[in-house]
Amino acid sequence: MAQKTLLSVEGLELQYQTRRGVARAVDGVSFDILANEALVVLGESGCGKSSLAKALLRVLPRNVHRFSGKVMLGDTDIMALSEEAFRRDVQWTRIAMVMQAAMNALNPVVRVGEQVAEPLRVHMGWSRARAMERVARTFEQVGVSTDFLQRYPFELSGGMRQRVVLAMALVTEPELVILDEPTSALDVLTQAGIMNVLKRIKQEQGTSFMLITHDVATSSEIADRVALMYAGQVVEVADAQDFFHAPAHPYSQMLMASVPRLRQREEPAHIPGQPPDLIDLPSGCRFADRCPSRFGRCAEDPEPIRLARRHHVRCWLHAGRSGGGGA
Amino acid sequence: MSAVRSSAQARGRDGPLLAVQDLHTWFELRQWGFLRVGSVRAVDGVDFELARGEAVAFVGESGCGKSSLARTLLGLHKPTRGEVVFNGTRVADLRGKDMQWYRASVGYVQQDPYGALPPFMDVRRILSEPLIVHGISSRVERERRIRQVLDEVRLSPAETILDKFPHMLSGGQQQRVVIARALVLEPSMIIADEPVSMLDASVRVEILNLLRRIQTERELTLAFITHDLSTVRHFADRIFVMYAGRIVEQAPVDELLAHPQHPYTQSLLAAIADVDAANARQQREVPGGEPPSLLHPPPGCRFHPRCPHAIAGVCEVDDPPQFEPRRGHRSACWLHR
Ligand SMILES: Nc1ncnc2c1ncn2[C@@H]1O[C@H](COP(=O)(O)OP(=O)(O)OP(=O)(O)O)[C@@H](O)[C@H]1O
Ligand SMILES: Nc1ncnc2c1ncn2[C@@H]1O[C@H](COP(=O)(O)OP(=O)(O)OP(=O)(O)O)[C@@H](O)[C@H]1O
Ligand SMILES: [Mg+2]
Ligand SMILES: [Mg+2]
Repeated sequence: MAQKTLLSVEGLELQYQTRRGVARAVDGVSFDILANEALVVLGESGCGKSSLAKALLRVLPRNVHRFSGKVMLGDTDIMALSEEAFRRDVQWTRIAMVMQAAMNALNPVVRVGEQVAEPLRVHMGWSRARAMERVARTFEQVGVSTDFLQRYPFELSGGMRQRVVLAMALVTEPELVILDEPTSALDVLTQAGIMNVLKRIKQEQGTSFMLITHDVATSSEIADRVALMYAGQVVEVADAQDFFHAPAHPYSQMLMASVPRLRQREEPAHIPGQPPDLIDLPSGCRFADRCPSRFGRCAEDPEPIRLARRHHVRCWLHAGRSGGGGA
Repeated sequence: MSAVRSSAQARGRDGPLLAVQDLHTWFELRQWGFLRVGSVRAVDGVDFELARGEAVAFVGESGCGKSSLARTLLGLHKPTRGEVVFNGTRVADLRGKDMQWYRASVGYVQQDPYGALPPFMDVRRILSEPLIVHGISSRVERERRIRQVLDEVRLSPAETILDKFPHMLSGGQQQRVVIARALVLEPSMIIADEPVSMLDASVRVEILNLLRRIQTERELTLAFITHDLSTVRHFADRIFVMYAGRIVEQAPVDELLAHPQHPYTQSLLAAIADVDAANARQQREVPGGEPPSLLHPPPGCRFHPRCPHAIAGVCEVDDPPQFEPRRGHRSACWLHR
């Protein structure tokens, strides 16, 4: 595999100012995505997945306290770009996103064909005719009949609406598509249909994906790589094969044991306890108080440890024999 | 205790707890409020029985009528045809106090946990309300029951929870409060409509384990509604698969998962991934098309337009009856003829 690196993220931070204090939603996150690779970001509700996505696409709320780190898109240092340059050269054209619950945010009074054409017309300045032609092609790719171009959102089922917002992200043929929980609200057949579309587009167009979900089974439908987030940090990042079949972090292991298996008899186990408050983070390992393998050293903050090529884990259990032991 | 209730209990003791016969719930669709356009056949000919202490799951795609069935069982929709018999009593005949007794006997965990709790009530008030409505006038007794049920759903110590409003609780905690509210009147049956679909994966298993444990401890009858077959093995004894307002297949869980008979069930199972890195490299088989309109359902078998095994001249003509292709396993499909 000699794929080029498309996106490289290093030490990304996004903090929100709130009345109670500063929430560290993305707290020193590093990973990369190769060309034509799909990275799945897993993690419990509130761990910072959507914040990570919004940071990459710079769609930020007003109460940002700190936004820093290094993000390279190909050879471009996109964190160094001005707002205007970022909007012109990156947003939608090179990185596009399907936001969480986007299918419910479609404009009810505008025909879906027009809505999907918007990125082409607004960001790329295309004529209406040229844009509609591309939209029709994208509809076919995502499995929506072109008869639907003229329909309004309420005339479509949930599954069709989700395909339409997917078309909106794909229509500019971006290099990276970020999908935030694209199928969580849909039933299993619709989910499987949409994952089929993503797989085909990845194969045919060489697009890279970052898919955010808390559903491990769905994630396995596209993942080449998996990053697991916990309390604002990536605690493990690995190839899908390693993550699903031999995860290294105790949290990853417990997460895998909590997946209900249709074809196996083992009862799924839940992970007791709650994640920490992002405004009042504990010192040391953030998972320690829920971790069955906790030991003295967990009072220190673990740095990412390299287990293999492109496999990193934030856990002292892997600090090598000499590093193991007591506090 | 009223006369209807006591005689009904005497009659019903040995029979099923719930018997549903030829049940239809149609919603009239009107344009401009008066012009009758047609009927949405949300429940369209459903028969089944639930034994005491049994846990069953109703599974099917979005819009197939699961919630409408639940609400009809609860007496919230009046059946268009057919009947629901609880403990030997026809639910449609219940009036006044007897209807109140029925409402107390069947707990309801409604779909959408976020909309389920009134935002302006604290947890104590949310759990007191049903007790007050059902005539528990002693404050001490109410407090005792509330604490007991909070303990049962593992929301303890009660002091940390009782004065909180819903927005101060996590999704998982809110869902436990919804379950506590369904349990506080000590029902003999619980209908849980997608009790975990809005929750985080790690919390889902916790809530499902909780429901299952309470169901076993209290010997409750549990009807559990979901579109996700992967969770049901661990939480139900029997599965009913619904398609377009009807039950198309029913069997004990292990039997159904090991030997699915109806092509629709087979496609549901094929759509579910067991976590494996290899999934990313293959397309999953999904039936084409969308579920039929319940306003104008197709003639014959409702699945025939999407069915890979449809038999021309048969499936689009006649409605398939329930066959029993394997012992204790029923499937409404002409392939078994
Ligand atoms: N604008 C904001 N101001 C303050 N806090 C915020 C803001 N947006 C998000 N947060 C908080 O930051 C944390 C991370 O939120 P985020 O939406 O990134 O989580 P998530 O992993 O996407 O969760 P979910 O799975 O529920 O979508 C949460 O605690 C959230 O409450
Ligand atoms: N009160 C109502 N009036 C008119 N139509 C209704 C009503 N309630 C439900 N329906 C329709 O009946 C059909 C079945 O809806 P129902 O909510 O029972 O499905 P469901 O299986 O619970 O779906 P989901 O998985 O999305 O919750 C749908 O077409 C719905 O639009
Ligand atoms: Mg999110
Ligand atoms: Mg429903």
